[in-house]
Amino acid sequence: MNKKTSSRDIFISGLWEDNPVLRHVLGICSTLAVTNLVANTLVMDAGLIFTLSMSCLTVSILRSYTPLRIRMMVQTLIIASYVIIVDILIKAHLPDISDALGPYVGLIITNCIIMGRCEAFARNNPPWASFLDGIAVALGYSFVLLAIALVREPLGFGTLMGYQVMPEGFKPWNIMMMAPGAFFMLGLLIWFIRARFPRTEGEQINGCT
Amino acid sequence: MIKLDAGTIFFAAIFTNNILLTNFLGLCPFLSISRDVRSSLGLGFAVIFVMTCTTALNHIVYYHVLVPFHLVHFRFIVFIIVIASFVQLVEMSIERYFPPLYHVLGIFLPLITVNCAILGAALFMIIRGYSLIQATAYGAGSGIGWMLAIICVGSIREKIEKSAKLPKGLEGPAITLIITGLIAMAFMAFSGMIQIQ
Repeated sequence: MNKKTSSRDIFISGLWEDNPVLRHVLGICSTLAVTNLVANTLVMDAGLIFTLSMSCLTVSILRSYTPLRIRMMVQTLIIASYVIIVDILIKAHLPDISDALGPYVGLIITNCIIMGRCEAFARNNPPWASFLDGIAVALGYSFVLLAIALVREPLGFGTLMGYQVMPEGFKPWNIMMMAPGAFFMLGLLIWFIRARFPRTEGEQINGCT
Repeated sequence: MIKLDAGTIFFAAIFTNNILLTNFLGLCPFLSISRDVRSSLGLGFAVIFVMTCTTALNHIVYYHVLVPFHLVHFRFIVFIIVIASFVQLVEMSIERYFPPLYHVLGIFLPLITVNCAILGAALFMIIRGYSLIQATAYGAGSGIGWMLAIICVGSIREKIEKSAKLPKGLEGPAITLIITGLIAMAFMAFSGMIQIQ
């Protein structure tokens, strides 16, 4: 990545060109687990945006003081501290959603997007740019999650944000609420995006750290 | 909650509540490693070993250190440190004492620290309130279930990559996710047998 990137470039690349889910296939564990209801997805998105942007900011501020050898450990601890904040906040204000999300809030720690951005961007860039990059990537992730949730909830439950949207007599597709539905949706989405908007430089990096 | 014996939990974790196919954990290394059966096997064994041990360790740490000292909110940090240091320890000791094993598992061990399935198993066992024996059975079962899934998908992928001609954009992650979806559907057939929550 170029050192002198403008804020606009950072946003575009985070949202689209470097979209973590569609292009790098990172962080999909939680993508699939929370997308059965739109409300859960929104909370998860908010948590991720907060954690990612703040972790990138902190890693970037501390980048010259962190010894190279233990940087992974330091990054993990920074991320974990922010995740604890998110977990306590969600538990206090949205107890229902906290139950529904279960362990997945804690699993933001091992969400490879965060580690990936800290390693790839925040470690070599000034704080402000890293902060923006964090927000942009998190938004890119959120938008994919929402896209999947917006299909899964109406088809799986016949509702949207808890309101009935499907016509009377619609039989919910059970498969959409369950695990296979999520795998199919994400597979199809990645297929569609990659076939429609092929990347110029062919190589794809997939998988995490 | 109905009290389940350790054996039931063990089988449930492998088949009906497979950590990868129903809880979506450990997908990232899964997608990148499942390209061939050999490395799937290596990673699978490493995951079983680490998951069994760290789930038991985290259980002890949680109930004997965090709960008595009211530090439950710090469980994320503590768990991740336990996992990371355990993996480091194992890596160093097998490198020193069992070099052949290190050649098989060595490269996979560092990957495991960031495998969300390991942390996920620790968090699930706390939420479900397992005892130490149940938690160990759950850890072992989840590890075996994870390996089973990665081998199923790995062998299908190997065949597909050799023989099939896929449409553009479908190769790589997209087709892997669809295969995984099909395998998850197959595993759903087990779900009538036992239910754990």
